[in-house]
Amino acid sequence: MLRVQDLQKSFDDFKAVNGANLTVERGQLVAVIGPNGAGKTTLFNLITGQLRSDGGKIIFKDKNISRLPPYEVCRRGIARSFQIANIFPRLSVFRNVQVSVLAQQKLSNRLFRPARNMAVEETSRILESVGLADRKLDVAGALSHGDKRTLEIAIALGNEPELLILDEPTAGMSPDETAATISLIQRLADERGLTILFCEHDMEVIFNVAQSIMVMQHGRTIAQGKPEEVRQNIEVQEAYLGGT
Amino acid sequence: MTIFRQKSFGAGIVLFVLLLAAPFFIPKFYTYILAVIFVTALLAMSLNLVVGHGGLFQFHHAAFYGVGAYTTGLILAKTSWPWLIGLIAGPVAAALVGLLIGMFCVRLNRLYFGMLQISLGSLVWAIAFRWYSLTGGDDGIHGIPMPGFISSLKGSYYFVLIALGISLILMYLIYKSPFGTTLQAIRDNAERCAAVGINVRRHQLMGIVIATFFAGVAGVLFVIVEGSIFPDLLFWVLSLEVFIMCLLGGWFTFAGPILGAAAIVSLRTFVGTHTDYWTLILGVILILLIFFLPDGIMGYNYRQKIRSWHKRTSEGRVV
Repeated sequence: MLRVQDLQKSFDDFKAVNGANLTVERGQLVAVIGPNGAGKTTLFNLITGQLRSDGGKIIFKDKNISRLPPYEVCRRGIARSFQIANIFPRLSVFRNVQVSVLAQQKLSNRLFRPARNMAVEETSRILESVGLADRKLDVAGALSHGDKRTLEIAIALGNEPELLILDEPTAGMSPDETAATISLIQRLADERGLTILFCEHDMEVIFNVAQSIMVMQHGRTIAQGKPEEVRQNIEVQEAYLGGT
Repeated sequence: MTIFRQKSFGAGIVLFVLLLAAPFFIPKFYTYILAVIFVTALLAMSLNLVVGHGGLFQFHHAAFYGVGAYTTGLILAKTSWPWLIGLIAGPVAAALVGLLIGMFCVRLNRLYFGMLQISLGSLVWAIAFRWYSLTGGDDGIHGIPMPGFISSLKGSYYFVLIALGISLILMYLIYKSPFGTTLQAIRDNAERCAAVGINVRRHQLMGIVIATFFAGVAGVLFVIVEGSIFPDLLFWVLSLEVFIMCLLGGWFTFAGPILGAAAIVSLRTFVGTHTDYWTLILGVILILLIFFLPDGIMGYNYRQKIRSWHKRTSEGRVV
């Protein structure tokens, strides 16, 4: 469904992404791993249009999307969450998700009709499924860190994406919260048949959950394959897993 | 419609009826001041659409107020076109100029938006100030002929009051609509909005066009009350004053700017007659405001709400 070919991105002289390759098949749960500064977040920002690539191709559903602005990428069916909790802090939890559902249903430009009656069912369903239904009237900025991250995923779900990209969904979470978030991600993949691309630091989590793993180092892809293949890949062991 | 079920809407109706009756009970001068407050309140409300709800630093909003006033004033004074065309042309011209200036400004962020906006707006002021043969330059144009029903003070008072009422209802509907909700979301986090499929710049531009349209309406109402136009209407000092009204009243609230406008116009009128240093008092009020009510007078409520939310979060669940 998604194919990234030889992607390049430099900031001044620093090559943040320098030859990244990635394949995501429909229905897969794909993880990107690599040490800090390997270019994982930059790769995600390139795919979703927050950054523009210097070279290479991003093919989504047989179309090159590497030149599209973020809102166009989103309309093609890719939604994402961010590494730092990226929500609408002054709006209620409900409104946070509703904004995204309204955009999905192309209602954002409606004037004169109250928003409170629109997209209520879909928004409530999403909040129910991520477990934030009882907090829906709280102002989003007052949520705990873990809940903010969950809310982020809920906002992304409002777009009814085909491909969901999660940038370190468990960053800064306690072990309990991490476990809850991972089981949420797995459940979403199962229930909604979502294709999910994510990056993560916790190795155990990744090797248990992902069906395919891509390894990055210094902006370059050094391997992609099934978990056991990657584990055995000697180059990966040297670069990332500390050798044996 | 939900707007008619709001508690504050009931209070608004009572106030509206009181204001309808007011000209029969209060001296002419106060009727006039009330009309000036209405006009200024509408201007402040229109600015708050983009500043408070849209998060855009529209520093030179008075430019569009002036465009509305000049368009209507010039049509009424210099052409024999029907007056209705004159009244409608004001807001439309303001919205068009808003669209034109906005197209350049939305490409920039935050302060850069504000700087470009203030320069392009000043350009409009320069045209009104310099084009002597058309606009009367520094002098402006006075004694603009009005159609009969709004030529008296009472007539203009009622016209302005009703126009304000209709505008406020429209603005409230927009504020609560998906468009308004999305605009507030963009204010909170534009990057996230783009990532959920919203064309942020186009949305902001639409917000600017709506806000400048209502600024144009306020400009037309000014002409109706005063019967004159002059370049001060689109001078940046007025823009600053209107900005302060939004901050004073509470820029994250819907009706705050009305309060801010009423406060500043009254201050200028009643303290200004006693001392030329009334702006000094305004300055002191502003300093107190920044220290004690950083979200404005009506924003106090908002802050309390946030506080109780925070409290609930820290007590109710493990954070």
